[in-house]
Amino acid sequence: MARDALMDFDAALEKFEPVIGLEVHVELSTKSKMFSSASNVFGADPNTAVTPVCLGLPGSLPVVNREAVRYSISLGLALGCEIAETCRFARKNYFYPDLAKNYQISQFDEPIAFEGSLEVELDNGDLVTIPIERAHMEEDAGKLTHVGGTTGRIQGAEYSLVDYNRAGVPLVEIVTKPIYGTEARAGEVARAYVSTIRDIVRGLGISEARMERGNLRCDANVSLRPRGDEKLGTRTETKNVNSLRSIERAIRYEIQRQAALLDKGIAILQETRHWHEDSGTTSPGRPKSDADDYRYFPEPDLLPIRPSRELVDELRAALPEPPAAQRRRLKAEWGFSDVDFQSIVNAGLLVEVRETVDAGANPQSARKWWMGELSRIANETNVEPASLVTPVQVAELQSAVDAGTINDKLAREALAGLMANEGTVAEIIEKRGLTVVSDDGALIAAIDDALASQPDVLEKIRSGKVEAAGAVIGAVMKAMGGKADAARVRELVIERASA
Amino acid sequence: MSDITRLSAAEQSVLLESREISSVELTKAHLDRIAETDTDLGAFLYVSDDALTIADEVDSARAGGVALNPLAGIPVAIKDVLCTLDMPSTAGSKILEGWVPPYDATPVARLRDARLPILGKTNMDEFAMGSSTEHSAYKITRNSWDRTRIPGGSGGGSASAVGAFQASLALGSDTGGSIRQPAAFTGTVGVKPTYGGVSRYGAIALASSLDQVGPVTRTVLDAGLLHDIIGGHDHHDSTSISDKWPSFADAARRGARGESLKGLRVGVVKELDQPGFQPGVTSLFHETLTMLAAEGAEIVDVNAPNFEYAVAAYYLILTAEASSNLAKFDSVRFGLRVTPSGTPTVENVMSTTREVGFGAEAKRRIILGTYALSAGYYDAYYGSAQKVRTLIQRDFAAAFAQVDVLVSPTAPTTAWKVGENLDDPLAMWLSDITTIPVNMAGIPGISIPIGLADEDQLPVGLQIMAPAREDARLYEIGAAIEALLDAKRGSTFSSLTPSRAGGVI
Repeated sequence: MARDALMDFDAALEKFEPVIGLEVHVELSTKSKMFSSASNVFGADPNTAVTPVCLGLPGSLPVVNREAVRYSISLGLALGCEIAETCRFARKNYFYPDLAKNYQISQFDEPIAFEGSLEVELDNGDLVTIPIERAHMEEDAGKLTHVGGTTGRIQGAEYSLVDYNRAGVPLVEIVTKPIYGTEARAGEVARAYVSTIRDIVRGLGISEARMERGNLRCDANVSLRPRGDEKLGTRTETKNVNSLRSIERAIRYEIQRQAALLDKGIAILQETRHWHEDSGTTSPGRPKSDADDYRYFPEPDLLPIRPSRELVDELRAALPEPPAAQRRRLKAEWGFSDVDFQSIVNAGLLVEVRETVDAGANPQSARKWWMGELSRIANETNVEPASLVTPVQVAELQSAVDAGTINDKLAREALAGLMANEGTVAEIIEKRGLTVVSDDGALIAAIDDALASQPDVLEKIRSGKVEAAGAVIGAVMKAMGGKADAARVRELVIERASA
Repeated sequence: MSDITRLSAAEQSVLLESREISSVELTKAHLDRIAETDTDLGAFLYVSDDALTIADEVDSARAGGVALNPLAGIPVAIKDVLCTLDMPSTAGSKILEGWVPPYDATPVARLRDARLPILGKTNMDEFAMGSSTEHSAYKITRNSWDRTRIPGGSGGGSASAVGAFQASLALGSDTGGSIRQPAAFTGTVGVKPTYGGVSRYGAIALASSLDQVGPVTRTVLDAGLLHDIIGGHDHHDSTSISDKWPSFADAARRGARGESLKGLRVGVVKELDQPGFQPGVTSLFHETLTMLAAEGAEIVDVNAPNFEYAVAAYYLILTAEASSNLAKFDSVRFGLRVTPSGTPTVENVMSTTREVGFGAEAKRRIILGTYALSAGYYDAYYGSAQKVRTLIQRDFAAAFAQVDVLVSPTAPTTAWKVGENLDDPLAMWLSDITTIPVNMAGIPGISIPIGLADEDQLPVGLQIMAPAREDARLYEIGAAIEALLDAKRGSTFSSLTPSRAGGVI
C-alpha cells in the first residue's frame, strides 16, 4: 500500500479549516434482538443465537422489540432530542453477505429522535456543544471472517465465513450535524463526544458500550475547506475506529492527508476509508457498487411506531443526571482535587471509578486501581482498561485489601487471576494461596532471623532510628514470599528490636 | 358412499363424525384421485406420504372420544408459497428447489393443530407472479374444468386441485387476485381475507403490503370453516390484526338460511363492469344482479373514479416490494447455488445464481421494482403509486358509505387457452383489473361461481367485496347467493364439472 503524503498538522490548520461529523452506533443490551426473539449475546458459538428472522429465511417476518424502542427513546431524550410522535422503519437495500435479507431494516426519513444537542467537556474543562441531527433505530449486520490471504480483508481471501449472531442486534445510530470551529481540537472534540455518549448509555444501562467489542462504534467524517471559504469541502468517512484514542488519531490523520492532497490541487474523493490501528493510517474501503443508492422505502412488514406522550414523559422523568452535573456532584462527594478528578475524566474512566465506588470501594482506592495498575496493564496490552475487569471485581479486590486478607502486592496477583477468569476474588485468593501470613509466631521467627543477620540495623533501631527498620521489613517480606501484612511486620520488628 | 371426494368438506365432516367413513379412507380416496388425475392436471408439486399417518391418528383420537375441530381428518392441499417443515417449499421457483424450511407458516401450523392431514404442495406461478400458473419453474397446471385451459394464477394448483376433487380444502395466497381469479376460472370458491386477518408468517413474500393467505374450497361454508382455523392474531406478524373475529362458518350458515339478501344494499362498481369484458361474463353478472333484486336487494350503481389507475399503481408497489423481498435469494444461506468457473467472488456467485435461478417474469418484476425505487425516480413512481393507493381506499370508503357490499365479475374473462397470453405480459397483467383494487385497499373479497359463460361453457365468478374487517359479511352474502343458485339449479355448482376424456371425472 502506497504511503499517503501528509502535511504537517499545524501547517494544515493554517491553510484549511476542518469540519467534522460523527456517526456513532450504539448496540443496545436488550435481552433479545431488534426484530426477533433470538438472544442478544456476545461471544456465543457462531450462528447459534439465530432464528429464521435473523437468517432472513423465506417467509420470516420482523417484530419490533418494545424494549429497544424504550431504550432508543431514553437515549434520544438524553441527547436532548425531540421524540417523534410517529416514525417508521425503512428498508435500506444493498447486497452483502453479512446482511441476511440483503436489506437492512433502518429508519430513513422518519427517525425516532431528532434535533438534539450534547454538551461535552474537553481535557482542559472547556465545554463544547455538539449539534445532533438525529438518532434512529436499526439492526446490526452479521460478522464476516475472511480466511486466507494476508490482510484479513475480503480482497485476497480464499473464502469467508459469516456469523449471523450479531445480525439483528438492536442499534441506535446517532448522527451529528456538521461540527464547525473545532480547529486543532477536532480530534479531541470527537473523542470527548464519543466518551460522553459512552457515559450516557452506560448511565442509562442500555448498552455495554465496549468499543473493543463493537458495542460502540464511531465513523468519523472529515472535510477541509480553505480558510475563508463558505462551501464545505468533500468529506471522507473513516470506519473501523475502535477506541477513543484512535478516533482522535484518525481525525488528525485525515486532516493531514487531505491537506496534503488539496495543497497539490488534487480533489478529495468522497469515499469510505478504513482506520488501521497498527499503522495509524487510513486506506480506501470497498468501492460501493450500488453507488450509494439504497432504494429506501417504508418497511411494509412493520407498522409505524407511535410512542405515547405518557411513555416519553415517563422515560424523561427516569433519565439519570446529565454527565456534566454528575461530574460536579461526584467531585464534591469524593473530595478530589481538580487535577485528580480531571485526570479520571480525561482517561475516560469516570464510569469505572464511579461504579467501583458504588460497589463499595472508597474513592481514593477506586481511583488508584483504575488510574494506576489497570491503566498500566491496558496500555501495555493496547486495550481499554474497562475490558480487563469489572468495577464490581475491583471493589471486591479492594475490600479484601481493606480487610487485611491480602496486601497490595498480593492484590496485584489476584488481579491477574481475575483477568485470567480464574473465578471470584475469594476463589482466586484460595486457589493461588494469596492470604497474608497473620500468624505472629511465623513472622517473629522470620524477624528474629533477619535482625540476627543484620546486627548493624538492629543497633540503629535500638538507638531510635526507626526508619532503618525498612531493610528488615524488606527481608522479612521476601522470606514470607510477600504474603505478609507490611504494617504488622513493621510493628513486630520494632517490638522485637526493642526487646 | 360412491365417491366421497365429491362431497364438500362440511359433508365429509358429518360422515367422519358419525363414523360412516374414516379419515384414512377419506385421505386415501383423495390421494388415489391425485394419483389418477394429476399426471395431466399438474396441480401438485409434492405429495406427502405423511397424510395417512395423520389421518390414522385422527381416527384413533376420534375413537378415543377426543374433541376435534369439524375439519379434523379432512385432507388439505397447501400452496407452495407457504413454508412447511416436512415438505419442500419452493414458491414455484428453481432458486428454492428442494428447500425444506425449518418451520411451518402460521396458517399451516394452525391446520396441523386442528389435525388436518396435509396432502402436499400445489403448483403456482413463480413467487406468485402470474395469472395463469404458466410461470411455475416446474410445470404448468391445467384447468380442472378444461385441460386445454389455464387454471388462472398464481394459485392455479390449489384451485384446480379443489376443482378436480383432489382435495376439498386448500390454502392459497392473494396479492392481486391469486386466490379469487383462479377460483373464478375453475368454478371454485376463493377468499382474500382482510389484510392482517390471516398471518403472513411463513408465506414466502411477494409484496408484503398486499399479500394475504386465504381459503380455496368448493363451497362458501367450507371456506368459512377453513378461515376459522387459519385466521386470527399472530404475534409473529406485526401487520396481523389483534381483534377477535366472529365465526365465518356461522356467518355462512346464517346466509344459507335465507333472509340475508332482503334489504341488502348491493353496489355495482361501474369501473369494474366494462364493455370490454367477455359478453358471457357480463351477462351472467347482470343475471345475478337481477336475481338479487328479485330477492329484495337494492342494486346501486357506485363510482370508483380512481380504479382506472389501480393496475398501474399496483405494478409499481408490487414490483418495488418484490425487488426487495427477493433480494434474500442469493445462495449464501439456503436454496440454489450456482458457482461460475474460475475463481469467483461472492458477488459472482450471487449474480450467477440469481441469473440461473429466477425465471423471466421474476426478473422482469425485480428490474422494474429496482428501477421504481431508484434515487430520482422514487417520488414519481413509488410515491405516486402510494398516493393512488390512498385514493382507491377513499373510493371504497365512499362506496361503502352507500352500500353494504360491492360486487363485480371476479375476472373480465373466463379461462383462456394454455399459451395464449404468454407472449403478452401486459394482457396477463390486465386480467387482474377487477381483483387488484381489493388488495390495494386491504379489504376482503370472495369469488363464488355463478354459472357458465354462454360462448365457452366455462365457469364465471362473482366477486363480493366488503369493508375491512367485515369478512363475515362476505361469507353470509356469499352463502346466501350460493344457496339461491344451488336451489335454482337443483344441484351444486361443482356437480356440473364436466367428465374428462377417459371418463375419470
